[in-house]
Amino acid sequence: MTIAYSILILGVIGIVAAILLYIAAKKFHVDENPKIAEVEELLPGANCGGCGYSGCHAFAAACAEATSMEGLNCVSLNAEGMKKIADLLGFTATAAQRKVAVLKCNSTCETRRAPNRYDGVSSCAIEASLYQGESECAYGCLGCGDCVTACPFGAMTLDKEGAFPVTDWDKCVGCGKCAEACPRGLIELAPLGEHPIVWVACANRDKGAQALKACDVSCIGCGKCIKACPEKAPSVTSFLAHIDYDKCTACGACVEACPRKSITESASCSPGPHTL
Amino acid sequence: MSIKTFRKGGIHPDADKLTADCMPERTPLADKLTIMLSQSIGAPSQPVVAAGAHVAAGELIAKAGGFVGSNIHSPCAGTVKKIEPARTPQGLWQNAIIIVPDAEQPEPQFAGRGDAEIQALTPADIIAIVAEAGIVGLGGATFPTHVKLSLPPGKKADTIILNGAECEPYLTCDDVLMRTRAREIIAGARLMKKATGAGRVIAGVEENKPEAIKAIREAAAGIPDVEVTVLKKKYPQGSEKQLIQACTGRVVPAGGLPVDAGAIVDNVATAYAVWEAVALGKPLYERIVTVTGPNLEGRGNYIVAVGTPLETIINDIGGLPDDTEKVVCGGPMMGKAASTLDSPSTKGLSGVLVLPESMAMRRKPDPCIRCARCVEVCPMGLEPYMLAQLGGHKRWADAATRGVANCLECGCCSYICPSSRPILDFIRLAKAESRKLKK
Repeated sequence: MTIAYSILILGVIGIVAAILLYIAAKKFHVDENPKIAEVEELLPGANCGGCGYSGCHAFAAACAEATSMEGLNCVSLNAEGMKKIADLLGFTATAAQRKVAVLKCNSTCETRRAPNRYDGVSSCAIEASLYQGESECAYGCLGCGDCVTACPFGAMTLDKEGAFPVTDWDKCVGCGKCAEACPRGLIELAPLGEHPIVWVACANRDKGAQALKACDVSCIGCGKCIKACPEKAPSVTSFLAHIDYDKCTACGACVEACPRKSITESASCSPGPHTL
Repeated sequence: MSIKTFRKGGIHPDADKLTADCMPERTPLADKLTIMLSQSIGAPSQPVVAAGAHVAAGELIAKAGGFVGSNIHSPCAGTVKKIEPARTPQGLWQNAIIIVPDAEQPEPQFAGRGDAEIQALTPADIIAIVAEAGIVGLGGATFPTHVKLSLPPGKKADTIILNGAECEPYLTCDDVLMRTRAREIIAGARLMKKATGAGRVIAGVEENKPEAIKAIREAAAGIPDVEVTVLKKKYPQGSEKQLIQACTGRVVPAGGLPVDAGAIVDNVATAYAVWEAVALGKPLYERIVTVTGPNLEGRGNYIVAVGTPLETIINDIGGLPDDTEKVVCGGPMMGKAASTLDSPSTKGLSGVLVLPESMAMRRKPDPCIRCARCVEVCPMGLEPYMLAQLGGHKRWADAATRGVANCLECGCCSYICPSSRPILDFIRLAKAESRKLKK
């Protein structure tokens, strides 16, 4: 008999609770554009913020409200994925330039001088707030990996020595989380297109003589890259070169010309699988 | 005689005052002095001499870059070699004036003032002399003293508190100054009293400096507006807000200035510098620095000219011991490790602490065991473990609502933590980031 009572009582409680939940669901129902949920279904759900919105839901809401795909792009979806969203909403998909993270520091443990040892918390933000860092260069990579922790896609790792971050461009979607996390602003998003990326892998803004002492591969702002480039892509401001990615054709003339080997050319332009 | 202290928190690290009985000695002038142009809080000073100029000891070489800023004077007779960036102990490049001292150093001549002349000075005169002499807070914060003495409109201070607590372990520069120059310190404090219109001077000295207490008491005997308060040996007794509470019982409101509690706190060395500026006409270009360390042979208190490279200071007294791992500028609690010995001393340098490997390295942090000792010792009544966690998760706004801006960065929390967690590191990060949020 006891077991029958138990079943009966629990059953009744269950039915009453179900009725209450039904009433509450009806009463507090919020009307939401059903398209938001449909778009969100197609998004990766990483909430990386690379689209400029606070997360995937906010992006989906913006898509549902929009009148065209202009200015709306999920960086972590490939063209096919974006086309699916455009089709769902009845818009024509616009091709967006894919970007990847490049590190504006190419020093290694051999090329830069480290006169002291950092013994504090393994966080770039904290190390940068305390002093100029282990190396002679007050602009270079600190190597504690704040960018690695920030990456929502697992695209960044510290290299074998555990000293500098390496980006796997197959995984990188260019959301910019790493750039935000770097206290020295060493990460830049460069367009990945038809040709390899050529960038100045140095951020030292000190005068040439000082930059020369800091590291073997520092940019001293000599301007040889400007003379070498047929497209006028490089420019030098405050003793530091920068390459305009829109003008660059990756001919490699500046890479050859740079006496400090601080201009780097990526090995390939393969956009990789990138199939989220 | 009651011994006073602040109410909340605090710790009792070993005092290790190894150099307490070393009377100040002058170190020889370095071959080259590097005088930083940022020696105080506020705008960097503007050089008024060019390369090649010959300067006399005490001559103005850079003037304050704004109202909050300080004048800088040459510590010696010499030639300005150039003005170029030099390294701070933190390794950052800042502009500095390089002076090569002459071989012959004549005794510097200044126009002093007699007693009657000092009596006739108005408060504005005293503040002008202090500003002219480039005096900054010598406890380490390097806040320009003339700014501190110029009270904000509508604010009134009735008490000058002389900070002789020197609660940092190892440091003894204030102790020896009080032993040898007590009369001048009291006179300097009374000048500051006159400049601000305060009614009394309270000199607070920690109980572990009996000779300094005796000297200050003797100097203050018979002066009705000067009191001497003996303070308990507890860190951070010398922190501004804690000292005001210990000496007057008043509490500085959160986010407020000491003057909101009617008090102005000045270090004893600052008071001495004020006396020197007013009575002798001598600007601030040298100070007592405690050079110490458990294995450092030549440790002691030295009168060091501003701009002397740290390396020269250490080499002059016999060099670094072989087991040296870390050199700290300041005391062990709040001082910062130097990343290069190439950098020069500044007005704010109170100590150079040379630590062997066994004492220098941090222990590996263990997980937080929620013992709440950090809460117990926090002199500001904050919850350090929580603030550190919020800092670790980048929740700056939440840290701000929990009062991270009130943190003194005294380091009691990190000191007491049985898991050796880097609590202060994350709090400091949260403090800096939440300040940016406000803007």
